[in-house]
Amino acid sequence: MKEISAIQPQLQPALGDQKLQLAIYTATGRLVDKRKSTVASDVLPDYQELRQQANAIKRHAIDHLDHYLEEFERNVEARGGKVIWCRDGKDVVDFVLSLAKRRQSKVIVKSKSMTTEEIHLNDHLEEHGLEPVETDLGEYILQLAHEKPYHIVAPALHMTRYQVADLFEGKLNLPREEVPEKQTQIARTVLRQKFLEADIGISGANFLLADSGSVVIVENEGNARLSTTAPKVHITVAGMEKIIPRAQDLATFLKLLGRSGTGQPLTVYTSILSGPRRGTEIDGPEEFYVVILDNGRTKVLEDADKRQALFCIRCGACLNICPVYRKHRRAHIIRGCIRGPSGRS
Amino acid sequence: MAKRVSIFVTCLIDQLFPKAGMAMAEVLERVGYEVEFREEQTCCGQPAFNSGFRDEARTVAGHFLRVFEDAEYVVIPSGSCTSMCSHHIAELYRDDPPMLAKAHALEPRIWEFSRFLTEVAKVEDVGAVWKGKVTYHDSCHALRELGVKDGPRRLLSHVRGLELVEMDKAEECCGFGGTFSVKFAELSGAMARTKIASIQRTGADAVVSVDSSCLMQLEGTIRRDGLPIRVLHLAEVLASTGAEAAQ
Repeated sequence: MKEISAIQPQLQPALGDQKLQLAIYTATGRLVDKRKSTVASDVLPDYQELRQQANAIKRHAIDHLDHYLEEFERNVEARGGKVIWCRDGKDVVDFVLSLAKRRQSKVIVKSKSMTTEEIHLNDHLEEHGLEPVETDLGEYILQLAHEKPYHIVAPALHMTRYQVADLFEGKLNLPREEVPEKQTQIARTVLRQKFLEADIGISGANFLLADSGSVVIVENEGNARLSTTAPKVHITVAGMEKIIPRAQDLATFLKLLGRSGTGQPLTVYTSILSGPRRGTEIDGPEEFYVVILDNGRTKVLEDADKRQALFCIRCGACLNICPVYRKHRRAHIIRGCIRGPSGRS
Repeated sequence: MAKRVSIFVTCLIDQLFPKAGMAMAEVLERVGYEVEFREEQTCCGQPAFNSGFRDEARTVAGHFLRVFEDAEYVVIPSGSCTSMCSHHIAELYRDDPPMLAKAHALEPRIWEFSRFLTEVAKVEDVGAVWKGKVTYHDSCHALRELGVKDGPRRLLSHVRGLELVEMDKAEECCGFGGTFSVKFAELSGAMARTKIASIQRTGADAVVSVDSSCLMQLEGTIRRDGLPIRVLHLAEVLASTGAEAAQ
């Protein structure tokens, strides 16, 4: 109860803020409608079967996690990459810091990753004089605003373009711009320079493919593809539950993830990254690391009831419909950065 | 001989909304059932279950199973209590095979009130008269755990004089959530206001639901804000024969 009473005063301003409520309801409402239209029975008749199949694949993968993680590691190494096993956030921070020190890196570009939010990676890197730069538009906005993501798929969903205009004007010293397309151009110009400067790119992962040692990332902006290929080093930070057994299972998940998350049959970009640049290839990093994070996941795995939390593919559809979540102001009001089945609401 | 139903009058209805319980009995009799009330009945155990007190929940749920063991049908004027009885009691007895068997044996005979009418009694017109415009609130457990969606609407659409209007947020939670409304009163109140704004947009005279808990939540805010909206259990509307509908 102590924890609850500490939250109450912070809830009040958000609940009385009509503009904020309207922004949240409009944006989440749109996601709900778009999802419904892309999973409707006339568009995707086998939607329920796909869900069941995805559940069965995840269940199998999680029940045999040790086997598939080891297979993944063997395949990553066969392609010249390296898997870094991390017990907790500190292990991840230590690894990134030692790598940055060895390479004398300063700027680190990041594409959207809730796993690095979970371990507060940016704060730790900044403490050590590094400059992590979020390159997803929503995440970039929040980094400027010193806020945590509101939504796991659309992080700045609670902000209006007028708030973004205030922010860009104040932080970037540029003339005020209220048109979203032009705001995107501004971010693009700033971020393009960062991509060129960065020595390390850090990304999350939507899926890890055991049978090919690949990292799969879905996105709409192209910033993840740039973050993972332009810098000389690419580090993926992924929770150990992201593993799926075979590349051929991917189709099932891709059909569900875009539709459930943003109401898209497929996201704009789907990247399958398999190791560092080889021989004659002209793109890709020189060093390729996949950090596999435990941070309490093996504890969840031990519990037969809670284990299914590890099946979550982070589409965020449950958030869009959740009436409690839609009243929250920011992620950090309630402890824990990931909401929904795999986190705390 | 008329078929017999045993009614389970939930805590909220017993303590706060007895009219809804009596209305349910009246409707069941009207459609040809003999209604029996077993006086030793208490609670389904939901408050304890939801708060994580499994042992205490078992004490209460076990009593429920014993009381209704031999009932032909158990009809309940609440989606959430029905869901507790037909879905979650078994969960409490996962490691107790004899009690688990009892729970499973009773499950098919447990019915939420509106569903009993449309699926067992197979009636949609219960001969009710109610003049005015009403909107139906889908309560979480009834809709999401029991799949109750069209039944209450079909029942309402056959009430003479009644105009049924859909609200834009019919499926959204009222914000009650049992102990949630106590732990997070502000959040719960804000959710009620979102719901009520949606009800107001329909211009309805009354909001109807199969769960008194939702109705209690909505009524609290409606009264505080002095809004001209009545709050009625589905059974009360279906029991109405016009005399009281003049209001």
